[in-house]
Amino acid sequence: MSEKKKPILVVNNLKKYFRTKKGLLHAVDDVSFTIDEGRTLGVVGESGCGKSTLGKTILRLTEPTGGEVFLEGEDIVSMNEKQLRKTRLKMQMIFQDPYSSIDPRMSVAQIISDPLKVNRLCGSRKEIDDRVDRMMDVVGLAPRLRDSYPHELDGGRRQRIGIARALALDPKFIICDEPVSALDVSIQAQIINILMDLKEEKGLTYIFITHDLSVVKHISDEIAVMYLGQCVEKASSDELFSQPLHPYTKALLAAIPVPNLSKRHARPTVIRGEVGNPIDPAPGCRFAPRCDFATEKCVGRNPELREVANGHFVACLLHNGEM
Amino acid sequence: MIKYIIRRLIVLIPIIIGVTLVVFTILEMTPGDPAKMMLGDGATLEQFQAFNAKFGLDKPFVYRFFNYILQLFTRFDFGTSWLTSRPVLDTLKARVPITLIIAVSSIAFASIIGVSLGVISAVKQYSKLDYISRLTAMILAAVPVFWLGMMLAILFALKLGWLPSSGTGSWKHYILPMMTLGLPYSARILRSTRGYMLEAVRQDFVRTARSKGVPERVVIWKHAFLNACLPVINTIGVYMGGLLGGAVVTENVFGCNGLGSFIINSVKRKDIPAVTGGTVFLAIIFALILLSVDILYAFVDPRIKARYTAKGAK
Repeated sequence: MSEKKKPILVVNNLKKYFRTKKGLLHAVDDVSFTIDEGRTLGVVGESGCGKSTLGKTILRLTEPTGGEVFLEGEDIVSMNEKQLRKTRLKMQMIFQDPYSSIDPRMSVAQIISDPLKVNRLCGSRKEIDDRVDRMMDVVGLAPRLRDSYPHELDGGRRQRIGIARALALDPKFIICDEPVSALDVSIQAQIINILMDLKEEKGLTYIFITHDLSVVKHISDEIAVMYLGQCVEKASSDELFSQPLHPYTKALLAAIPVPNLSKRHARPTVIRGEVGNPIDPAPGCRFAPRCDFATEKCVGRNPELREVANGHFVACLLHNGEM
Repeated sequence: MIKYIIRRLIVLIPIIIGVTLVVFTILEMTPGDPAKMMLGDGATLEQFQAFNAKFGLDKPFVYRFFNYILQLFTRFDFGTSWLTSRPVLDTLKARVPITLIIAVSSIAFASIIGVSLGVISAVKQYSKLDYISRLTAMILAAVPVFWLGMMLAILFALKLGWLPSSGTGSWKHYILPMMTLGLPYSARILRSTRGYMLEAVRQDFVRTARSKGVPERVVIWKHAFLNACLPVINTIGVYMGGLLGGAVVTENVFGCNGLGSFIINSVKRKDIPAVTGGTVFLAIIFALILLSVDILYAFVDPRIKARYTAKGAK
């Protein structure tokens, strides 16, 4: 890493708890990381581990319970609504479900131009029209679809609208919340290629949230693995796939299907047990009940996320030199 | 769009014919000879025959029915009252505006209160305001109209003396009927608006709107409410029909001589042309209201509008 890279986003001890009838649900618990400009951080984890909540909390689409988020040095958490709206120009989100995340009452051109209009970025009609045309071209939507309504289009095209909409404000930082999980595989590849091209072209910074490990490997520079609201391991993409340290990461990687005929009879190792309850979790490693290496030391105290090699962080006593 | 409206107006014709047929048949089946009812037992056979001939009652049912339809569509003639021997239309002209004023003002009153409180209740779900407005709504929806009318009359007319309790002299006379009829409906509209809004504010595109920096007020009204309001408009349209019926009771409580009391009185005296005319007229008004609801739909929902305009353009 050269010295020129500067962090665009700093997240410190971010917490998001939901009050439920049964107790406090720890959706995001003490997550910290930094992203350098122009890099992509992949966030992986199984369903319900708090990936999407993490994304929404960073953008303050839901109010964080605690912690700090700095975008280009500005503290997002303490902003008032007016400042926040201004800051939203720099940070946008591409949502998971292209069917429900766009207002069904608006045509394609309206959806893409609405961010410009509400933020009063473009003066004349002509300017807005040009911008819409350009955005549609960038994401590969045919100009004839300008006046179509979302319900007339398929999932891939809808997600292109979602991307064009996010890009219309010319943001520097985009959170992609499972942008391809609702699409079929051939279209997934197209959308991911668009996202990667855009990153090259505009120098965008992404947080890429997904449960699909092959997608995340393809697109990310760095990967953070989440389990039950906590970040258990974080490393560069290559390092994580070649040298996974946390038992949970190892199990996840082992679950990737391998296109190798000689191994077709090999049964993948399956993590035993089920995901624990995120409501009022007891202190201690949250993966311990399912972990083959767990000892009594793992219970009672949260393992810290420690740097064990250059840029490789892991929250596991096995690698903290304590066991 | 205009094409669509014209097409809908044409569909009205079979509806009117159908309603007339139903009303005609029901009245035909009711017991009692009309001539005997009108003239009394003491009349002579010649008098009966003269009455029957004058109003065409000596002709068969089918002939009378088609004759009525023909008159209705060619001359806009609703028949002649047996009691007063005056055209029913003249009476309708005097009475319908009163009913319409009461019905329209109370539905407007109900919609404004119901929709705005419903939206606020949904946005601030589980707040004090939400609880209070829901509780009030439940009570208002459960209370009988005539009781509410009398209570309002006692409070505003008798105790406070702000408003007249009966008659139709000035705009002040319409306020109590409007509130009596409107309040229970505002309660229902509140409940359905709240329900649809709760659904709408949880939609993903509402979150999308926030993420692109739309101010909260615009998020609620433009993105959430406009999507929630289609079923609400529909509900209000249907209530409007019930409201025309409910106007009968209210008109009686407040002594307004509207369409409702006219039909009731005509039924009591078996003035068949008056009943038929009043009912058919009411049905036409109701059908027109539903038509305007559908047109309103197109204006609120650009997808529906686009469908009609696209057909016209290509």
